[in-house]
This record gives sequence, C-alpha cells and structure tokens, in this order.
Amino acid sequence: MMNYQEEVDMVSQTDKQEQTHLDDVLAKERIVIETDDLDFYYNPEVKALKNINIRIPDKKVTAFIGPSGCGKSTLLRCFNRMNDLIPGAYLEGKVMIEDADIYSEKIRLEELRKRVGMVFQKSNPFPMSIWENVAFGPRVNGIQGKSDLDEIVEFALKQGDLWREVKDRLDSSALDLSGGQQQRLCIARTLANKPEIILMDEPASALDPISTGKIEETINELKKDYTIVIVTHNMQQAARISDYTAFMMLGEMVEMDTTKRIFTNPSVQMTEDYITGRFG
Amino acid sequence: MSQMSYFKKKGDPYIFAAGMGLIISLGMVAWILIVILAKGLGFFWPRDLVEVTLDDGKKYLGEMWEKRDDYDRHETQLKNGNRDLYGIDFVWMDDANIVSSEYPEGAFTFERMEYGNFYGYIVAVNVENQAVTAVDGDIVSKAYDAFELAHQTHDEVVETQQEITDLTEPLTRLQREISLLEIDRADRTEEGRALLERYRKEANEMEQAIAEEYLALNSELEKLVIKDRSIFLSVRTTDGRNKDLQLSHVVRFFAPNQMGIFEKSWHYMGKLWEFVADDPREANTEGGVFPAIFGTVMMVILMSIAVVPFGVMAAIYLNEYAKQGVVTRFIRLSVNNLAGVPSIVFGVFGLGFFIYFVGGSIDQLLFSDKLPEPTLGTGGILWASLTLALLTLPVVVVATEEGLLAVPRANKEGALALGATRWQMIRKVVLPNAMPGILTGLILAISRGAGEVAPLMITGVVKLAPTLALDATFPFLHLDRKFMHLGFHIYDVGFQSPNVEAAKPMVYSTALLLILIVILLNIVAIYVRNNLRKRYKSSTF
Ligand SMILES: Nc1ncnc2c1ncn2[C@@H]1O[C@H](COP(=O)(O)OP(=O)(O)OP(=O)(O)O)[C@@H](O)[C@H]1O
Ligand SMILES: [Mg+2]
Repeated sequence: MMNYQEEVDMVSQTDKQEQTHLDDVLAKERIVIETDDLDFYYNPEVKALKNINIRIPDKKVTAFIGPSGCGKSTLLRCFNRMNDLIPGAYLEGKVMIEDADIYSEKIRLEELRKRVGMVFQKSNPFPMSIWENVAFGPRVNGIQGKSDLDEIVEFALKQGDLWREVKDRLDSSALDLSGGQQQRLCIARTLANKPEIILMDEPASALDPISTGKIEETINELKKDYTIVIVTHNMQQAARISDYTAFMMLGEMVEMDTTKRIFTNPSVQMTEDYITGRFG
Repeated sequence: MSQMSYFKKKGDPYIFAAGMGLIISLGMVAWILIVILAKGLGFFWPRDLVEVTLDDGKKYLGEMWEKRDDYDRHETQLKNGNRDLYGIDFVWMDDANIVSSEYPEGAFTFERMEYGNFYGYIVAVNVENQAVTAVDGDIVSKAYDAFELAHQTHDEVVETQQEITDLTEPLTRLQREISLLEIDRADRTEEGRALLERYRKEANEMEQAIAEEYLALNSELEKLVIKDRSIFLSVRTTDGRNKDLQLSHVVRFFAPNQMGIFEKSWHYMGKLWEFVADDPREANTEGGVFPAIFGTVMMVILMSIAVVPFGVMAAIYLNEYAKQGVVTRFIRLSVNNLAGVPSIVFGVFGLGFFIYFVGGSIDQLLFSDKLPEPTLGTGGILWASLTLALLTLPVVVVATEEGLLAVPRANKEGALALGATRWQMIRKVVLPNAMPGILTGLILAISRGAGEVAPLMITGVVKLAPTLALDATFPFLHLDRKFMHLGFHIYDVGFQSPNVEAAKPMVYSTALLLILIVILLNIVAIYVRNNLRKRYKSSTF
C-alpha cells in the first residue's frame, strides 16, 4: 500500500486547481452538506480521515466508493454525528449542513439526527411491532396523537415501498419480516422523521439480488424528495443509482465527479484502476 | 504413546471426578427434600390410637411416634399427650416390657387450644347442667352437637366483647387525653384549665349516655361466659383419671381408630388447610402459620419493590452514562464483593442506619407526641425489607448489567439515529431488551431474600405478631408493624420452643412451605421472563 499512499498524497495536492468540471456542475446545484478541511481521529494515533473537502448537492444521490477501511463509513457518520458515541474520537475542521456548522455548541443533537436520517448496513428493527418501529422516530420527536402517527406510518411505509406487503399486519413483530423487508422497514422508519438527508451505509450488502433490486428502486423513488448519500461496494449499484460518485482511498477523497464521468472518464488513474477492478 | 498418558490426555479421571461431584451434591439436595417432604406432609395424617399395657400394669394411650434400636434393646416412643395431667407428652418404653397393644374403637383424640392433644374416652356430655351419659344413647353425636353449641357461644362471647370495646372506645380516648393533660399540668394556664374542664364535662356526658347500654351488654356477656363454661365433656384417660374438657377450648375431636381411609384423607386436607390458613397456637407448635406466610410474601414483595428500581438505576448509570474507566471498574468490583458480606452485617447496618437513624429521625419529626415510645424507630417490616433490599442489591445490579450488555449495539444506534435522546433510547429500546436480565436478577434476589433469617432477627421479625401488616383498618398498610417470617418460624419452633419434641414436625412442615413459596415466587418470575424473551428475541435473518 505504500506506493498508493504517495500517489494519493500527490493527487490531493493537485486536485485543488484541476477539478473544474465538478465545479461547473455543482454551480447549478444547491449544496446541502459541505466539509472544510475535515480530519477525523479515532484516537490521536488513528487518523481515519485526512483533509476532506466535499460538497453534496440537494435532492441527488451521492455514492461513496473505495476499498475497505478507507473511511467511507467514518465520513458518513460525521454527517449525523454518530461518531460522537465513540469514546476518545474527535475531529478537526468543519462540517456544514445548510451552511450551519453541525459541530457547534448551538446544534441540538436530536434535532440534527432527525434532519439527517441514517440506514445501517445490518438492518436493525427494534423488537416491537411494525407500526411501533415506524412511529418510533415521530414519537421521540414529540408527535403523540394516534391518528397523526397512523398517517405518518402509512406515508412512510408507502414511500419505503413496504405498505402493500405489511398493511394487514402492522401490529405483528418487525422481527418476523424477511431480511429485505426489515431493511426497507428501516428505511421507512427513517422516512417517518421527514428528514432532509438520508445516509445509507451499504444498505443492501447483506441482501439477496432481488431484495437489493427493490431497495435500489426505492432509492430511485426517494431521490425526488431527499438528498441521499450512500456507501456501496458494488460498482454497478453506484453506477445505476447515483448522480455523483466520490472515490476515497486511505482516508482521503481522491476524486469526486458526476457518476457518468467517474465511470467513463475519470481524471485520476487510480480511480480507473479501482473501478475496473485492478485493485481493491 | 503409552496407554496411561493417553488416558490422562483424554482427561477421563477429571470427567469422572466432576460427574461424581455432581451426583453427590444432587443426591444430598434430593435427600434433604425427600426428608422434608415425608416428615412435613406426614405430620397432618391422623394416626391411630394404640393402648399399650406394660408388664408392671401401667397403661398408656396415644400415637405411635418413633422406634429406636440400640443393640438388643428395642424401644418405642409413644405420644400420650395429656400434658396437663402427665407433665410431658412423650414416653419411651422398652418393647420387651409390652404385654399387649390394642386399638380401642372408642378412643378419642382431642385437639385443644392449650396443653396439646388429649387422648381418652368420652364419659358424659354436659350442656348447661344437664349431663348425658352413654346409658342415654348415642353419646358421640351429642358430643358433636355440644361442640357446635360451644363454639357458637364462644363466638357470641367474642362478639359481645367487641361491642363493648366499640361502645367505650370514644370515652377511653377522651379519658386518655384528660390524663395526658393532667400529667402535663395543663391547669397551670387559663386556657389549659378551660380545656380540661370542657373535656371532663364531655366525658361525664358520654359516660351517662352509654351507661345503660353498657350495663346491658355486660350482663349479657356474663351470661354467655357462664353458658360457655357449662358446655364440657367429661372424659377419662386410659389409666382411669377423669377430666372435664371445656368444648370451646377444643379445636376438634375424632376417633381415629374408627375412621376409614376416606375420612382420614378428608381430615388430612382439613389439617393442611388449617396449617396454611390459620393462626398459630400453643407457642407456635400447633395450628397454622398463616401470619408467617403472609409476612414472608409481603416482605419479599416490599423488598422487590425497593431493590429493583434501585438496582436497575445503578446498573443503567454504570453502563450507559458513567465514563468507563478505573472508577467504574472499582465500583463494579465493590458491588460484586458486597454480595459476599455476611448477612448479619447487613442486619446490623439496617438496625443502625434504617431503624435508629432514619426511623429515629422520622419519629423526632413526625411522631414526637408518642415519644419515648418509638413508632418507626423500632424494627418493622419496612426496615427489614429495606435491609434485605440492600443485601440483594448486588445480585440485581450484576444481572441487570449483563442484560444491558446483551442489548445489540445496532438497536441502540438505530434509536439514537432517529433522534432519540439517550434517556429515550434507554427507556424504549434498552430497558425492554434488558428486561429478561432484570428479571433474572429479581429471581436471584427473591431466592436469596426469602430464605434469609439472620438480618431479620434484629430488624423486626417476631415469633408472634398480633396483627398483620395489611388489614382493614386505616391506613390499611402498616409498614411499621413487626411481622412473622417462615424462616424465623423454623428457628423459633425448632430451637426456642419449650416443647421441642412436639414442635419437630412443625419444623419440617414449615421448611417445606418455605421451599414451596420460594419455588412459587420463582416460577412466577421465570414465567414472566420467558414471555418477555419470546417477544424480544433478537433479530435474525
Ligand atoms: N472504532 C474505531 N476505533 C479505531 N479505529 C477505527 C474504528 N472504526 C474504524 N476504525 C478505523 O478507521 C478506518 C476507516 O474505517 P471505516 O469503517 O470508515 O472504513 P470503511 O471505508 O467504511 O470500510 P468498509 O468498506 O470495510 O466498511 C479503518 O482503518 C478502521 O480500522
Ligand atoms: Mg463501512
């Protein structure tokens, strides 16, 4: 890996002047998430993110790709401050959402996480009924009326493309659903909070191809209304569903561009090597 | 490789030793249970009455109790009762001296309120100066009629006494008030004198108002008492002594030698019911243990109410909020070691802290008018329960912590990612998931707490409590009261009783009951836990 390290460092020094294409495209978009020289440390010895500058556009799907351990999940979890849970971890630099620094004192954590929802790699429904799972977010955020909640649950399950399958058994346990249904339930659960941004960390990696296809369909539907950031190991998936793709390597952002350009004409050789499967 | 070293490598000797150890411990547990079961349940069976004649002409009537073999001597123990006549109710006799033993049809067992069983023959039934003897026909059914009447009369006596107490109650209270004022020398001040004057006047009026009714009730009571005393059986012992048994002091009487197996079973059920549902008699060696059952169960419930919230909160704080490090490790270690502290130490702490300090302070603040007589500054069911709660706290903390650790991290993160606060996450996701662990803690706490006696002896248990901690008088729950407990009952009956021989079966029965109650409480908790487990089985796919 040592030789890659040198290459990566070289790229990140040069890309500042060169990335004009992305600048042009993003100029037409509204930027929702923006980081400013973000460094992340799990502890003073482990620096998992180095000097990340990324802009994520509104109502688009942005995919993070890169080899295992390059820091995709770490970066994603910086956006809803899930990393706060890890004792001893800290970051330097800034993460802005809608032009507000989310690591400032003024931000209320719960409010932030309601706005920035997250779907995990392994589906994690609560051991409660389907209805209670979906109503969980609205409830903890202060909505109590049964009819209001019913309405939200129906809306979220419809958007998560699960309504047809579960509408007759909302009161049965969520753990009785299949793996794919459980993951779509987790998506619906996130949608119930009416977030602005949805972070997805390899949402389909543990699922069979059919369930994966359903999830991709769902994501395609959702991007009309939500900004989506997704981590994936599956190149085809990234190509199919995302508008923008960011390639990461050893904790650094090597290149970000429109998905089309990354997959057809990347400006960095390393990106091409990775996409064509020459390493990683 | 030699045979021996291969044998060693396989570890067969160790497996064998481990198996033997298990068998020995299980065997001992089974043995103790069987002994308790046999002796405890056998006690209530009505035994036949045997009349033994010895070669020196002495005759005994009683229940065959035990046999003992000493080389060539064979001895038999007979419970011959009649303590008021003979002094002790057991005799040992050498089998070689026995000339004959018979089972006379007409021999009766009388269970009495005092002096234990009486064994003898009915000679005459006396009801209000009218004697009926065997010459006049069926004496036994007459005896049962008289028995009914006697108990009816006795109930009326008790009722009338209660009426009199109710009638005079306000007057008694007023008089106590007056004497308190007099002790305080209230007549030194103008208003004190006025108050005293008013009270005295009120008392006078009250006295006149109830006087007539009081006299009427009193004379009725007198008549009833005389009637009660005049209903008795004249009985004769096997060695020819006569005795009058006042029937209202007889709990029941029967002729075991005439009873068939069905009748005996019926009688057995009755005795069993008496055992669990009635108050004790005769320094706890006879009658039931209901107050002790009640005290035990209530104490365990109070203990659970106290220990579960505390233990769970402590575990949650340790696990979810406190910064993990040297301090939390030290606290965990201390909590674990607390479980090894001898229980009597907890008792002493309960006495010093709960009773003297907390109870004493409350008395100073709220019940100072009753001092120096303590209200809460003395042993009681509340303090005993709290002491036991402290004793079982480590078990609950440790079990709850294990339950909390078993909650999947993914579920916790999921809740937080939906905008839940830490507390909401704990309440809605962690606690329901950890419930089986918490209940395991409760089960262990119940098992430990229900059988503990030493700390109770200095924090409020008594051998005979006149009242239950829960009754129909306001405020219904009397947490300051002393209470009875099955564990202490065993100790008291078995080792502190004046009549150890007669009390022995009671020890077994009570032990059996205590074991059953612990098992029952556990079954309830385990049932609840299993139901929860089914609901919260972690997600799989
Ligand atoms: N809790 C942690 N403590 C210390 N180091 C960590 C921790 N979590 C992750 N790391 C390290 O940080 C780096 C980035 O991890 P991250 O999980 O973000 O990688 P990733 O790109 O998501 O990988 P994958 O594709 O396998 O999920 C890795 O080198 C990992 O070893
Ligand atoms: Mg990852």
